[in-house]
Amino acid sequence: MGMTTADEIEARILDLLSAKVKSETAVTRETNIVADTGLDSVSVMDFVLELEDEFDINIPLDRIAEVKTVADLAKAVQDLGKTS
Amino acid sequence: MGLKDRIAAVEANYGRLRALGRDPSRLEFQNVWSPTEATLEGRPMMLFGTNNYLGLTFDPNVLEAATAATRALGSGTTGSRIANGSYGGHKALEAEIARFYAKQHCIVFSTGYVANIGMITALGGKDDVLLIDADSHASIYDGCKMADAETIRFRHNSPEDLAKKLRRLEGHPGDKIIIVEGIYSMLGDTAPLAEFAAVKREAGDNVYLMVDEAHSLGVLGESGRGQCQAAHVEDDCDFIVGTFSKSVGTIGGYCVSNVEGFDWIRSFCRPYMFTASMTPGTVSTARAAFRRMAERPELRAKLWSNSAALFRGLGDLGFETGPEVSPVVAVKLPAPEVAVALWNRLIDEGVYTNIAIPPATPNALSLLRVSVSAAHSEAQIERALGVFASVGAELGIIEPGTARGERFQVITGGAAAKEAGRTRTAQQGSANAAATR
Repeated sequence: MGMTTADEIEARILDLLSAKVKSETAVTRETNIVADTGLDSVSVMDFVLELEDEFDINIPLDRIAEVKTVADLAKAVQDLGKTS
Repeated sequence: MGLKDRIAAVEANYGRLRALGRDPSRLEFQNVWSPTEATLEGRPMMLFGTNNYLGLTFDPNVLEAATAATRALGSGTTGSRIANGSYGGHKALEAEIARFYAKQHCIVFSTGYVANIGMITALGGKDDVLLIDADSHASIYDGCKMADAETIRFRHNSPEDLAKKLRRLEGHPGDKIIIVEGIYSMLGDTAPLAEFAAVKREAGDNVYLMVDEAHSLGVLGESGRGQCQAAHVEDDCDFIVGTFSKSVGTIGGYCVSNVEGFDWIRSFCRPYMFTASMTPGTVSTARAAFRRMAERPELRAKLWSNSAALFRGLGDLGFETGPEVSPVVAVKLPAPEVAVALWNRLIDEGVYTNIAIPPATPNALSLLRVSVSAAHSEAQIERALGVFASVGAELGIIEPGTARGERFQVITGGAAAKEAGRTRTAQQGSANAAATR
């Protein structure tokens, strides 16, 4: 986990999120995860369960609440990876 | 987002579904005359959308106790127990619930919702971690939001995912509080508590298990204590929370525990400290209902035979139901619009159920929540199944006259005919079922 770069984390999140989102607009690092993807709040929390497995970290709910964009999420994942 | 935007967003989301029929949040029962019968839109309705599992809301002993206490002690306490003092009834109710569970301590709260937010905020201090099942009730999520602790969510009913998350917390100095429910209110499934308890034991010291038995009190376990008792892990359940608003038939909540010093929680649990205490009437109702629950174990047996009849009946008709026989039978539907249509047509035909659509449901499910009571007669259940059969076929949700449907007719037809006409709703229900069949 310590070896994963910010770019790698972001790319992986984009892959996983794109597979979930049904809308035609492409998912980018600037995509607002709730406003732009059509995912409801529960679906976003379920997506986080996948990320926790993918990166072998725990992501507390209050950290998700702070996240707006994919880039924010990647930053949170990277920070949590460092401390665990 | 301001208030106007929030209102506009909700109107946009629900307006379309509301246009298809009634608004579930604004239904008004003009009269309720038994645990299973009410008047809606001026017509008799069979109630299959309550949490009245034991049907105690009209038990004569319970009603007498409530009335007597209100006459003797007044309509309300007008204050909190910390500021304005406890009544004898509060203390007696706590002692009786502690005895019922064979636990040392009990604290009573003003509602079940308050019991959850109270206990979770009290347990989840600044450097602690709350680990909650993904399908937890809103009161658990809200408690976690209010608590100073971090909250981590694990996959529904997955001891493996919980274990994984606890492993990642190894060396973390704070308490870890695992929170699960006995029966989940939407799908009616039970928690694998023996497995969760094993994960807790392996995780070492300062790991606690809290179980919310809201829907399982009076329903599961040899003496009705809930899933902790049914799974034989009561000693591992450090905090058992419950509510009086379901099997107990009134309002209020509680937590029992053997944890040393538990009683001091009263002095730092803000949802306990800063809300008015249970009224004399609700306290006496709860005390009487616990007594009736112990005196009448046959109610639990009746609840389960009714649950099996409804669960199997709906499955035989071709409806997709929840994973196990339960007093909460979920009918899974392919889309919110289908759920709305079925829910509305059932009410047209005199059967009231609960509707649940995303995001209030797990895995974006659209479902009807059909709940069973010990007070339902076999005839009521058969009439409800008859309405489900006709309306389900009419809406194309199930195939009409399939082999499974015919089998259902053979099993239930005779008894339904025998009992039809016994009550007002019987006449209404059977007439409708006959007309649409």
